[in-house]
Amino acid sequence: MNKAVVSHHEAAHGSVKTYATGFAFSIILTLAAYLLVVKNVFNGWGLIFALAALAVTQLLVQLVFFLHVGRESKPRWNLTVMAFAAMVVVILVFGSLWIMKNLQYNHAKIPSTEQIIKDEGY
Amino acid sequence: MSEVLAPPEVQHLNQRQEADAKTVFGFWVYLMTDCVLFASLFAAFAVLRGNTFGGPAGNELFSLPFVLIETLALLTSSFTAGLGLLAARRRDRNQVFLWFGITMLLGFFFLSLEISEFHKLYVEGNSWRRSGFLSAFFTLVGTHGAHITAGLIWMAVMMARVARQGLGSVTIKRLTMLSLFWHFLDIIWIFIFTIVYLMGAGI
Repeated sequence: MNKAVVSHHEAAHGSVKTYATGFAFSIILTLAAYLLVVKNVFNGWGLIFALAALAVTQLLVQLVFFLHVGRESKPRWNLTVMAFAAMVVVILVFGSLWIMKNLQYNHAKIPSTEQIIKDEGY
Repeated sequence: MSEVLAPPEVQHLNQRQEADAKTVFGFWVYLMTDCVLFASLFAAFAVLRGNTFGGPAGNELFSLPFVLIETLALLTSSFTAGLGLLAARRRDRNQVFLWFGITMLLGFFFLSLEISEFHKLYVEGNSWRRSGFLSAFFTLVGTHGAHITAGLIWMAVMMARVARQGLGSVTIKRLTMLSLFWHFLDIIWIFIFTIVYLMGAGI
């Protein structure tokens, strides 16, 4: 009984091993992202996607190994709140970029009639 | 019946653990709202990053090796904060001082690097007044730095508390929240490192 309680606690709070694993993965991912830029492996959108993928991977690594997300017992309120926050963050960031891109397009210069026809398709 | 009911002191312990779990959950909700704060600053930065108003862009201002050292310092401090919390759960006071001490040193190192970068930008005429890009940069990175400062003060207060009162359950609950806060700031920094510095230099 007592043993079960202790091991449950270790599962919920992690151990030196989980922290060390997360730390090692994070260092590798950080150095990989750094080298991608310094060695000019990709340019433009390729670089953006590669860096974003590495950052999101590191986010997941740290959530699991440092913050122990997903180890709580049901009902998983921590996870629920995090999912909601993630949704707000995505709407906020991509929504802002979307709106501002349109705004810039409509304000930056007066496009020629041909350009409007080409961009907007009529 | 008497086998099912736990003795009063165990019941009391369970109630306290439940209350502690609720407090930590409340702190988690705060962290998630802080995520939304940072998301709006990231969105502002992403919109304004090209608006240099004739001034320098990111790739002319930032030194990547310098930022890599900052990043590795903060990452290591996140790891040592985790080890400090494990030591607190083992009620090992010396290890708590050791690991949180290293965390604080790395935090101060990170903060001093950040302040020296801000100072260098300021004296070269590239302050927040220079362009929309730099306003967004100073707001985003400065807000993170303010959080780090608050975290360091909190850590100093907690270490004084551990020195005076030892490692009671209230102290451990607060150290749990402190290390959550510190890991959270490290995660925010990963995105600052990626979006502000790496993408700023690489594109």
